[in-house]
Amino acid sequence: MNDLQLLTWVRGPCLNISIVIFVAGIFWRLFEVYSLGRKKDLSTPRQLAGASGWHTIMRRMLPAEGLLKKAPITYIGGGIFHVGLAVVVFLFAPHIKLIQSLVAVSWPALPSQFVDLAAIVTLAAMLVLLADRIKNPIKRFLSTFEDWFTWGLTFMPLLTGWLAARHLLLPYTTMLSLHIFLVELLLVFLPFTKLFHSFTVFGSRWFNGTANGHKGVAV
Amino acid sequence: MHGPLIESLIRQGISRRTFSKYCATLASMMALPPLSGQAMAQALAATPAPAKRPSVIWLPFQECTGCTESITRSHSPTLEQLIFNSVSLDYQETLMAAAGHQAEEALHAAIKVNEGKYLLIVDGSIPLGLDGAYSCIGGRSNLDTLKEVAKGAAAIIAMGSCAAYGGLPRAKPNPTGAVSVSDIIKDKPIVNIPGCPPIPVVMTGVLAHFLTFGTLPELDKKGRPKSFYGETIHDRCYRRPFYDQGKFAKTFDDEGARNGWCLFELGCKGPVTYNSCATVKWNAGTSWPVESGHGCLGCSEPDFWDAGGFYQALSMPARPIGTVATALGVGATVGVGVSLMNRAKKSAARSGHETTSLADLEKQK
Amino acid sequence: MSATLEKGVRVLKEVIDAPIASYFSSCVHCGLCAQACLFYTETGDPKYTPIHKLEPMRRLYEQEYTVMGRIKKLLGLSMPVTDAELGQWQELVYNSCTLCGRCSAVCPAGNDIVYMVRKMREGMSASGNAPAGIKDAAKRTVTIGSPMGVKLPAVKAQMKHVEKDFGIPIPMDVEGAEYMVLLSSMEIMNFPEYLGAIAKIMKHAGKTWTLCSTAFEATNAGIQIGNSDIAKVIVSRIVEGAERLKVKTVISPECGHAYTALRWEGANLIGRPFTFKVQHIIEVLGEFQELSLLKTEGFEKDRLTFHDPCQLARRGGVIQPQRNLMNMVSKDFVEMPDAGYMNWCCGGGGGASAIEEGEELRLQAFKVKKAQFETVKPDRIVTACANCRIVLEEGLEHYQMDLPVVGLTEMVADHLVEKGAQ
Repeated sequence: MNDLQLLTWVRGPCLNISIVIFVAGIFWRLFEVYSLGRKKDLSTPRQLAGASGWHTIMRRMLPAEGLLKKAPITYIGGGIFHVGLAVVVFLFAPHIKLIQSLVAVSWPALPSQFVDLAAIVTLAAMLVLLADRIKNPIKRFLSTFEDWFTWGLTFMPLLTGWLAARHLLLPYTTMLSLHIFLVELLLVFLPFTKLFHSFTVFGSRWFNGTANGHKGVAV
Repeated sequence: MHGPLIESLIRQGISRRTFSKYCATLASMMALPPLSGQAMAQALAATPAPAKRPSVIWLPFQECTGCTESITRSHSPTLEQLIFNSVSLDYQETLMAAAGHQAEEALHAAIKVNEGKYLLIVDGSIPLGLDGAYSCIGGRSNLDTLKEVAKGAAAIIAMGSCAAYGGLPRAKPNPTGAVSVSDIIKDKPIVNIPGCPPIPVVMTGVLAHFLTFGTLPELDKKGRPKSFYGETIHDRCYRRPFYDQGKFAKTFDDEGARNGWCLFELGCKGPVTYNSCATVKWNAGTSWPVESGHGCLGCSEPDFWDAGGFYQALSMPARPIGTVATALGVGATVGVGVSLMNRAKKSAARSGHETTSLADLEKQK
Repeated sequence: MSATLEKGVRVLKEVIDAPIASYFSSCVHCGLCAQACLFYTETGDPKYTPIHKLEPMRRLYEQEYTVMGRIKKLLGLSMPVTDAELGQWQELVYNSCTLCGRCSAVCPAGNDIVYMVRKMREGMSASGNAPAGIKDAAKRTVTIGSPMGVKLPAVKAQMKHVEKDFGIPIPMDVEGAEYMVLLSSMEIMNFPEYLGAIAKIMKHAGKTWTLCSTAFEATNAGIQIGNSDIAKVIVSRIVEGAERLKVKTVISPECGHAYTALRWEGANLIGRPFTFKVQHIIEVLGEFQELSLLKTEGFEKDRLTFHDPCQLARRGGVIQPQRNLMNMVSKDFVEMPDAGYMNWCCGGGGGASAIEEGEELRLQAFKVKKAQFETVKPDRIVTACANCRIVLEEGLEHYQMDLPVVGLTEMVADHLVEKGAQ
């Protein structure tokens, strides 16, 4: 198999399989998590403006009171990583074309140099976060194989995509195949690892927000 | 420089200077050292009488004749014919005067007389299906002809994507069982000059190299001369700044298209295609596909016909994803199944609840 | 019947719900919950990381309720939860957790970790892995009537003392009274001034009230141990009493978890909404203040700060009323850093103060409170939870800080003018 045939396979059957597993996996896991249901709270509620599930979904995107100075790397690194990754994935023209081909929706892209910059910044943030996960005693204590594995799953597509766009390391056709393949790996594992938080944080924040909003506490 | 060739050229109004400049251009296109131009000029000028010129056999197989058409549409016919005046083109079906049995006899005579020394040029793929019956000349399959003629060749030039890689006939489902020259012949040096069709000067450059140095130029992993196939279209494309900035034409006649923006979104395969179209261009440097507003098809790459649609950008799926609906269904089914199991387990736990009394706070001793 | 691992596992399976499943799926091991927990920040030991307290339940959830988890268990890649493991986790789930809820307030994924600890305690208690100290408190509450073993005669004796000292009658079992007042053992035994203060306030505001002979205890050790069956027994007494006496509102005293137990968990424990209101005494006072039912004179002379009990403020939703009341009786009220919603726990709630072997850890954790006090340098600390008072006093004594701790209700009562308000 030569380099173009590999690329065609990775863009073809391999992409099909991974998208099937990804979509099926998400639905399966969402059912799995949320089907357990929640008992209704029979205590008399207290109302408070600004205390609800929606509010919590938005509010938890910002650092908690007094914690930014205790864990700046987690907040700043994490923030840069998430925003940067979103910029690279959703605002790069070739990616928008892909999404358009799958769900028939598209939007304007960012000039590619900005995406390139975002990629570099995101890669740097990820390396800093990796170092912190090794150095910080709490994170080191909590981390399991899954934490390192998912870091790699997320870092490699970003790195290879950037290398491909910049025509570095390997000939472009092969670099592109590698990048697409690593993205497919990420998709396949996402629903079954902690990466699924990308879907469940909304539910979690919602539950927390409504439970506490019931008591009149804005969380 | 002197010689019969030079005299012939002068008679046709081409000065020595023009001839030297042509050779220098050819040499520089092939990234050969500066003095090669001179060497090339002298070698070509010293071409001996027709009988002693190197023999070239051109075999057309399962092809559309586009490669022959391309090579004859060259910069200035006189200079191209120059090359043909430097060789003895002993067999070329489109260009030769003879036909039928006479033509076949010319072929057999040539390969016998020049055994081990002639250059074999092939265009078109070789069908293996039905014992090769899909393409025959004079009742003989291309497969048999190739094997026979290749035996005594010094080197083989697989001209065009069909000969080099199988080309269009080989595209799925490959009904004729088409293969490339290098799939059949394993014991001869083969130069692939892919393209659908190839750029004319690539052909002449390789020939000139052979005539000057007696060897074939340096080849890449796919058997293509590095001097012409060493860079991707993308890396030499004049619209590259627009790619880098993210300015893409979204349809063939929108404002971006009119502004000459990058054609990535319209399916251009420039980034994965190695050829010289972006620098050498076509029709004596007139233009090339991207400059005309159409994305590169990737025609110098193996299996480019099956590499996803021509209008599917490289970042899009090569095949339509009709399976998303299936995925949804599968996921929902698994999900519902799991939910039912989970809820059953939970209510079993609930109904099996044994009320904890104070004594039950202590473990059994 | 006795506690077994099997019972504990079954109970955990019962309580795991969609929120818990969502929380476990959302945790990305960022460690921010530890940065909010005083047991980690003051010891530096990562084992006190809040989400780590739930590890056995997480594994159980995965093995029981997810397909991948079930497969992992089958392949031997995930170990079943053992009794020994739960025994190991006792320190994490009880000694080093007061259910203060700061972890839930900071998790970026939105995980309500304190909710999960509360549920984990169901399994711990049903499997016999709750600490001896709280188990004994629970036993006393259920059999005697109060975790400290205070019985009705003792209550009646205190009533007599208070009547004499304050000159106001203390009603008991008065049907149709507007308010039914509950007490915590701590108050009955250590701070009887509280009862007197209540009497003063009610008379001043012109409200009818009563104690209940079958339900005078507010403290719910069942909640602290984390066992709903036992908590239900205790709450049911209060419900029965309140409904029998046909009161409008039941007042939860200056106690943290008592409020949580009755106000928020109560209806869910008995399986139906209450027919009466439940308010914390601070809520009642706040309401009286809003309705201009409280006429006060004079101000405290020294510098005061307020310690927000976790179950009242962050977990209970009563954050502003205490401040309004403080400003009513003090001109020199200073707020500590992180006061209010994000206040640091005293370190002794949720049954922790009843665990003898956890004392050293509690005193270490107290350093965060010490730092808060040292920043504002008050003359006295005011709070609204009797347990907080005891725990703070213990900590201050240990660190040799001469800082009295007083209750807000008493302070307000002290400033009421003699004549009642219109």
